[in-house]
Amino acid sequence: MIAALRCVIFRDLRLAARRSSDVLTVALFFVIVVSLFPLGIGPDPKLLRTVAPGVLWVAALLASMLALSRVFAADHADGTLEQMMLGATPLGLVVAAKVLAHWLVTGLPLVLISPVLALQFDLPRELFGVLVLSLALGTPVLSLIGAIGAALTLGLRGAGALLSLLVLPLYVPVLIVGAGAMEAAASGLGGNAQLLLLAAMLIIAAAFAPWVAAAALRISVE
Amino acid sequence: MSINWFKYSSPQTFFPVAGRLALVFGALALLACAAGLYLGFFVAPTDAQQGESYRIIFIHVPAAWMSMFLYFVMAFWAGLGLAFNTRLSGMMASAIAPTGALFTFIALWTGSLWGRPAWGTWWVWDARLTSELVLLFLYFGFMALQAAIDDPRRADKAGAVLALVGVVDLPIIYFSVQWWNTLHQGASVSLTKAPTMAATMLAGMLVMIFGFWFYSIAAVMLRARCIMLERERGSEWAGQHARGAA
Repeated sequence: MIAALRCVIFRDLRLAARRSSDVLTVALFFVIVVSLFPLGIGPDPKLLRTVAPGVLWVAALLASMLALSRVFAADHADGTLEQMMLGATPLGLVVAAKVLAHWLVTGLPLVLISPVLALQFDLPRELFGVLVLSLALGTPVLSLIGAIGAALTLGLRGAGALLSLLVLPLYVPVLIVGAGAMEAAASGLGGNAQLLLLAAMLIIAAAFAPWVAAAALRISVE
Repeated sequence: MSINWFKYSSPQTFFPVAGRLALVFGALALLACAAGLYLGFFVAPTDAQQGESYRIIFIHVPAAWMSMFLYFVMAFWAGLGLAFNTRLSGMMASAIAPTGALFTFIALWTGSLWGRPAWGTWWVWDARLTSELVLLFLYFGFMALQAAIDDPRRADKAGAVLALVGVVDLPIIYFSVQWWNTLHQGASVSLTKAPTMAATMLAGMLVMIFGFWFYSIAAVMLRARCIMLERERGSEWAGQHARGAA
């Protein structure tokens, strides 16, 4: 079973590598959205420092949502998904493997670029650790919750806009706690409490979301 | 003697019952709302601090209450539909959603009308307001998902999964929003009213809650009847009903 999951992960990673423009689009979207804010609200460093946590988090959230519809779409289109459903490996685990591969391709780059973007916002150097850690814990939660939405909207017309309507309200806690970690660290309180909460959310989402997404897939593909 | 729990789970047997329930609860709702509004606007005394503007609570509090309660009822029916694969449960869930969204909207709207004189602003990012707004989005998401799927069976099941995910997420949203605010807002705005509430005020509010409750039942039953007729239009009983009505 582990071999099958490894196979799913490596297959998705290889597919993503063959079509690397898809991956780059998400990262570029993140960079561009973040860079738009100083242009929109003015280059005052003090103001930018205050809005940086929220801006970085909202942009990461939008970027990871942009990529969601691709988690299952290609496999659904060419019938691979149905074969995976028929296979012996539990569908929940396959979904978990696919979400992991998806996060490695779309979420991890965001986490890695974020310190560079934080420089644009003149964020204090001490906060970089909290920023990277909060995104590293938070973006997998976004991918996991998003997989449920992607499974529910599979093959529907107007799936993209519908997906954001379904998924964004569910993202609210992650956004609040994630951006809150950086704000707490900036105010000297330390962001540990929020980071632990994010970790708890990640554990809960990792335990349950793949199975819910698997149930949603069965409904969508029946 | 064994009870047949599923007797009314088929649209055919439930359809006439729903009609009678809608009539009874509609009449009760009319009575309770009339009595509640009379108590609220004519009998209840003027508040010492807030003047007359507090009277919005006779609508606001019951609406806010129903908005959350209806989401749980919707999720309950949705879960039942997934577990027992009954047709009617999904119909009930989709019949409840618009009423729930309506009450959520009323609660937000009247709350902002009250907030203007009391807090001096239409909107604050208070924990309750924010989570009520998210609740409205959850209702919209549920309705949008169901509207986007053509096959009613798939729409029911997909909506059910979404409603159940939402019901798990709702407490998390509420608490996250609360922590966020208690951490970062110096002077927090409390929704608790004056500690002692005149007996007539309380009575008016309770009667209004029952009125809204009865209204919800009546509206949901009426909507469920329409959904049943629409989905079962090929069946014999639906045809008989249509001919009888025409």
